[in-house]
Amino acid sequence: MKRQTMSAAFRAAFPFTIPIMTGFLFLGTAYGVYMNVSGFPAIYPILMALTVFAGSMEFVAVNLLLGAFNPLGALALTLMVNARHLFYGIAMLDKYRAVEGKKRWYLIFGMCDESFSINVAAQVPEGVDRGWFYFFVTLLNQCYWVCGATLGGIFGALLDFDLEGLEFVMTALLAALFLEQVLKEKDHTSALLGVGLSAVCLVIFGADSFVIPSMLAILGALTLLRNTLERKEAAL
Amino acid sequence: MTVTQQVITIAMVVLGTVLTRFLPFWIFPAAKPDKPAKPTPPYIQYLGRFLPAAALGLLVVYGLKDVNLLTGSHGLPELIALAVLTALHLWKRNMLLSIAGGTVCYMLLVQFVF
Repeated sequence: MKRQTMSAAFRAAFPFTIPIMTGFLFLGTAYGVYMNVSGFPAIYPILMALTVFAGSMEFVAVNLLLGAFNPLGALALTLMVNARHLFYGIAMLDKYRAVEGKKRWYLIFGMCDESFSINVAAQVPEGVDRGWFYFFVTLLNQCYWVCGATLGGIFGALLDFDLEGLEFVMTALLAALFLEQVLKEKDHTSALLGVGLSAVCLVIFGADSFVIPSMLAILGALTLLRNTLERKEAAL
Repeated sequence: MTVTQQVITIAMVVLGTVLTRFLPFWIFPAAKPDKPAKPTPPYIQYLGRFLPAAALGLLVVYGLKDVNLLTGSHGLPELIALAVLTALHLWKRNMLLSIAGGTVCYMLLVQFVF
């Protein structure tokens, strides 16, 4: 009975994850290769894909590992880069709290942008167990990412073409996510604030210490503009 | 960095990621029969709607933080690659294509042009 429930949920979940499979195999491989050309053996990208499982943060972590040892800075940067998860969590509170058993903890642990976006929006078919559906979406997505990171980490060294410039894939990923956000939102104030205030902080504080001032500036500006932005939002 | 320092750094990244994912579930626990679920404060809901765009903007600047406009190639490869990425994305709106196109363009530029 349980096996039937699980297999029905797997068959319902898999098609939703096919686009993520393409994306994650590419980006995961790029991440593994990037770690490889940065001088880390394959075990690093594999373990980080398993334990961190937050794509953009794993790319950022390469810089952390190559820089000076600063654990609190690493924690602060991670909290800020991943702050958006707080809002995913708030959006998924009711759905994930209703899931029974230990798999709920895995759902929360593995809540990357892509798993969140499928699980928050997908219409789970009639008769399919929601908990197992969410579980397989999350698990399959992480499998794709780990497979990519493993392939890139192991075979990156064997690629004989010049990989100079591949590190730009991280900037490209961030730029594409940002662009997608700008295209789907109606009011661009927050997006422009994010770019503008961060650029100003970069000039003032320098590349190594501008992230925390930027976050504070953004939080401050959004707090000051709350009434204006909410009025505009209501009018749209 | 020693291996121990690397392990600590990675552990911090894991801790930070796990915290951001679990915190809402700890702060707003499930409703119990005698106690309804706590509503999310309006300020947090407001941040939930507006912070993601700003955070992504910050991340784009983060990705470009080591570009020096005054020396070397003056940030031209980055500028051109981002323009190609933007054009591709406005045209096809396919995340994977935009990322691949921008990255390949940048690699060609830094290897053969600049």
